Amino acid sequence: MSVWNKHAIFEKNSIILIAGILVVVAIGGLVEIAPLFYLKNTIETVEGMRPYTPLELAGRNIYVREGCYNCHSQMIRPMRDEVERYGHYSLAAESMYDKPFQWGSKRIGPDLARVGSKYSDDWHVEHLKDPRAVVPTSIMPAYAFLFATPLDYRHIESDMKVQSVSGVPYTPEMIAHAKADVQIQAAADDPDAPKLQARYPKAVARNYTGNRTGEVSEGDALVAYLQMLGTLVDFKKYDGKANVR
Amino acid sequence: MASAGTFPTAPGKRMTTGEGGTAVALGLLALLSIIIASGAHTAAYAFHAYLFAAASVAGVFAVINRYYERPAELPPQEIAGKPNYNFGPVKFAVTASMLWGIAGFLIGCIIAFQLAYPVVNLDIAQIAFGRLRPLHTSAVIFAFGGNVLIASSFYVVQRTCRARLAGDVAPWFVVLGYNFFIVVAGTGYLLGITQGKEYAEPEWYADLFLTVVWVAYLLVFLGTIWKRKEPHIFVANWFYLAFIVTIAMLHIVNNAAIPVSIFSPKSYIVWAGVQDAMVQWWYGHNAVGFFLTAGFLAIMYYFIPKRAERPVYSYRLSIIHFWALIFLYIWAGPHHLHYTALPDWAQTLGMVFSIMLWMPSWGGMINGLLTLQGAWDKLRTDPVLRLMVVSLAFYGMSTFEGPMMSIKAVNGLSHYTDWTIGHVHSGALGWVAYVSFGAIYCLVPWLWNRERLYSLRLVSWHFWVSTLGIVLYISAMWVAGIMQGLMWRAYNALGFLEYSFIESIDATHPLYVIRALGGVLFLLGSLIMAFNLYMTVRSPSTAAEPRAAGALVPAE
Amino acid sequence: MAHPNANPVDAATGVPTTAHEWDGIRELNNPLPRWWLNVFYVTIVWALLYAIAYPAIPLIHSATGGLFGWNTRSAVERDLAALSQQRGARLDVLKSASLEEIAGNPTMLTFARAAGKAAFADNCAACHGVGAGGAKGYPNLNDDDWLWGGTLAEVQQTIQYGIRSGHDQARAGAMPAFVRDGILKRDEAVVLADYVRSIAGLPVEPKADLKRGETLFAANCAACHGDKGAGNKEMGAPNLTDGIWLYGSEKAAVVETLTNGRGGVMPAWTGRLDEATIKALTVYVHTLGGGTK
Repeated sequence: MSVWNKHAIFEKNSIILIAGILVVVAIGGLVEIAPLFYLKNTIETVEGMRPYTPLELAGRNIYVREGCYNCHSQMIRPMRDEVERYGHYSLAAESMYDKPFQWGSKRIGPDLARVGSKYSDDWHVEHLKDPRAVVPTSIMPAYAFLFATPLDYRHIESDMKVQSVSGVPYTPEMIAHAKADVQIQAAADDPDAPKLQARYPKAVARNYTGNRTGEVSEGDALVAYLQMLGTLVDFKKYDGKANVR
Repeated sequence: MASAGTFPTAPGKRMTTGEGGTAVALGLLALLSIIIASGAHTAAYAFHAYLFAAASVAGVFAVINRYYERPAELPPQEIAGKPNYNFGPVKFAVTASMLWGIAGFLIGCIIAFQLAYPVVNLDIAQIAFGRLRPLHTSAVIFAFGGNVLIASSFYVVQRTCRARLAGDVAPWFVVLGYNFFIVVAGTGYLLGITQGKEYAEPEWYADLFLTVVWVAYLLVFLGTIWKRKEPHIFVANWFYLAFIVTIAMLHIVNNAAIPVSIFSPKSYIVWAGVQDAMVQWWYGHNAVGFFLTAGFLAIMYYFIPKRAERPVYSYRLSIIHFWALIFLYIWAGPHHLHYTALPDWAQTLGMVFSIMLWMPSWGGMINGLLTLQGAWDKLRTDPVLRLMVVSLAFYGMSTFEGPMMSIKAVNGLSHYTDWTIGHVHSGALGWVAYVSFGAIYCLVPWLWNRERLYSLRLVSWHFWVSTLGIVLYISAMWVAGIMQGLMWRAYNALGFLEYSFIESIDATHPLYVIRALGGVLFLLGSLIMAFNLYMTVRSPSTAAEPRAAGALVPAE
Repeated sequence: MAHPNANPVDAATGVPTTAHEWDGIRELNNPLPRWWLNVFYVTIVWALLYAIAYPAIPLIHSATGGLFGWNTRSAVERDLAALSQQRGARLDVLKSASLEEIAGNPTMLTFARAAGKAAFADNCAACHGVGAGGAKGYPNLNDDDWLWGGTLAEVQQTIQYGIRSGHDQARAGAMPAFVRDGILKRDEAVVLADYVRSIAGLPVEPKADLKRGETLFAANCAACHGDKGAGNKEMGAPNLTDGIWLYGSEKAAVVETLTNGRGGVMPAWTGRLDEATIKALTVYVHTLGGGTK
């Protein structure tokens, strides 16, 4: 019984009990989380990753707002069926600028990690407006209202500033051009498109939704985001063996 | 500070620091809210700011009004040598939990039907699946479960310490503040305000407010423990403390975000990508471990011995399983990230700690079940006790299933499928909800001084209807999940993928229908319960002390 | 704490209590269940062994790799290699053989169709439908009507580089927005729509001015769609006489086509799908029913 009696110290003193609890529950998190920040191989060495363009970022925020992550994962697991169905397994590097991450936990719909440029813009527009028009047995809700809602990007540079404070490499130049970049990327044949691409390599500028009002809609932003998912990393230059961990 | 002596109405009557401080703090919050509302970036955020302002003004009014209404002296700690328990906030939280529970189950049914029949989304942005699903999870976990935890902890800590709840305004601030947080969070989801982190969707300002409420909760709880008459702290209170303290830690770290502006509802989390994923599931899994397990084990440790009128089976087991449980649970998060871009070493740790967690979890079940030694016959006559005992069986089942699903080979099949949904609901419906129902069935007659429940037959009906619902629900999801996992990885003889993704959705349809029906039965059960409780409260009060209160019950 | 022997004993079980009591609740001082403790020990030992065998412990510069040297990323490479082993020689043949050889050899054809079917289901079905029956704006691949040609080589080129996909070698050319761009007036588009429907054998309103329509057609449409409207596969200009309508045959739909133009996009699949898969897809699509020589 003597050892058991020692436990009385916790039972008789709430502060010691709380201290004990705190010590015990802190350990696991520290061991599992802290190394992810200092172990260099946590995020693989890749070429091509860049922060989201302002339009893509705005689109991503709509993706988050509508709770797309409740049904769609963005994480291709290293399993042969997933690699064959969705493409190269996802790397940690590919979500290094994702705040928050959107790996998801459930596939009520398919994985979207590499959906970028897999289908045409028209298809995305039609599918978002009425999923069952193109996929008859789809169970996705319709998002037609996105195409009738103007995108609110009055404060987009504040979003980028806040992200840059916590590690996303947005430069002052990118932040200064944020609003203009939204318009450039959402338009077809904008003469300043090369400048956008200099700031954000591989950024594609086009009229994503064929809208003729000249006003950027939430639909434009969302389709721009979907169409770039998984397209940044150059897998021809990626060394899989060097990035095993 | 408008504290002591500002509004003297009777000789010797003084406003307490708590009353004055709360009134001033809420007044300032109202002012700040109005300033924010005037410059809010979005209409939804302005709505929330006005909501804060209105609630704060109402709070100030309530504090001052209460001050004028009350006698000069605050309620005494004891009356005639017996503790003068403060059950007002407990009653409020019990009522809130029942209402939120029904709302949460109803939303669950709606989203279940949305998956079976997408037309139920009605093409309305605010009620599409993606916005309603977080509303469902928050309503059942935080609104229903949270209120049960607050109510039961405030009841149990008073009873087991034989002391009145610490603080005068503070307990009310905790229950009202917490429920206001729920309202802000829930309306936010519908309006599209979300952080996009599962089970941590509320945005920065709601998170900040919850932090304040939570600190008050800890202080009230601790303050009551400090006043205890029994030198030892009861085991249920260890679990409540672990739950409160750890949830605070998880909440703060996982919600470390920078708002875009004080005028914007939007914030960005400081973590990113793989680190954010790890922090999120460290949080997410331990919301299960500490909110839905430790907290409800605390309920079990009080209500089962109390209802069965038997001693807790093993003091030593409670020590070992308490410390082992809270130490090991924290490590288990990475099993939500098996085969992802999280490094392998972290996945392995998540898996092996989940396996080690099996017995500590079962320790709680054993301690609960064997508490009935010498009282098994009561299961035949008392459906409330039966609910709680069955909850332990479900607890045992899902805490076996959990470690099994954390094994990488199993998880490779189950992850991303409805198997996970089935697993969660066997724990949520079978364990958390059932032990809560049991506790509420005990609490209502005790709190409202009623001799007994209106009808034990209705409790039986509730039990059987909802059990049938749970069985339909989880078996449909097991079949659906395993089928999805197998279809996704099926290869034909020539070495090519057998099915497309959409075929797995088509095949799931009948199972989604069965699941939705199971959900409806569970909802129906909760309505039977609400009716029973309502009739109980309406029945005449017993003048004497309620049955289970007061005198110490000798062992048989 | 009192000496254990002094603690009161629970009458029902004969087990001593801890002598504490909270609101009437007491605790028995039962020992830990033996089986429980043993299983707990077993899980701990198993966890330790597993953590030694597999990557597990984070250190200063890296984490332990485990005695087995196993990791998820190498494992999937092995699984994929095993898969190509299984497909093996036949996949190699698919790579080296010409499309005609594949289509002409029953064994190779069966294999290619199986490969093509799997790839179609997860890549093409979203637009063209699970059975390749198409949808509005997305051609039916079962019929023998081909916008850009239905020979093996033509189908392969379409799959590889896409249509208006942005790829350098993509099939280009689009239906102009005649009305929007001011080439035709709105009433002219209405007249033309009647005429186009008439050459497809569809009923037109009695007052339709088909004569004027014919003139307008010759001046504006014939360059791509041909004098008789039979289409031109070089430019992806559809045959207007065969009763197959990608965007619908109603007059309003035809007017819309003339007003705002059309230009559906098919993505380029080279790069996303490997060469053998594209070949298999080509053969699969070709044999769906409409393939031409």
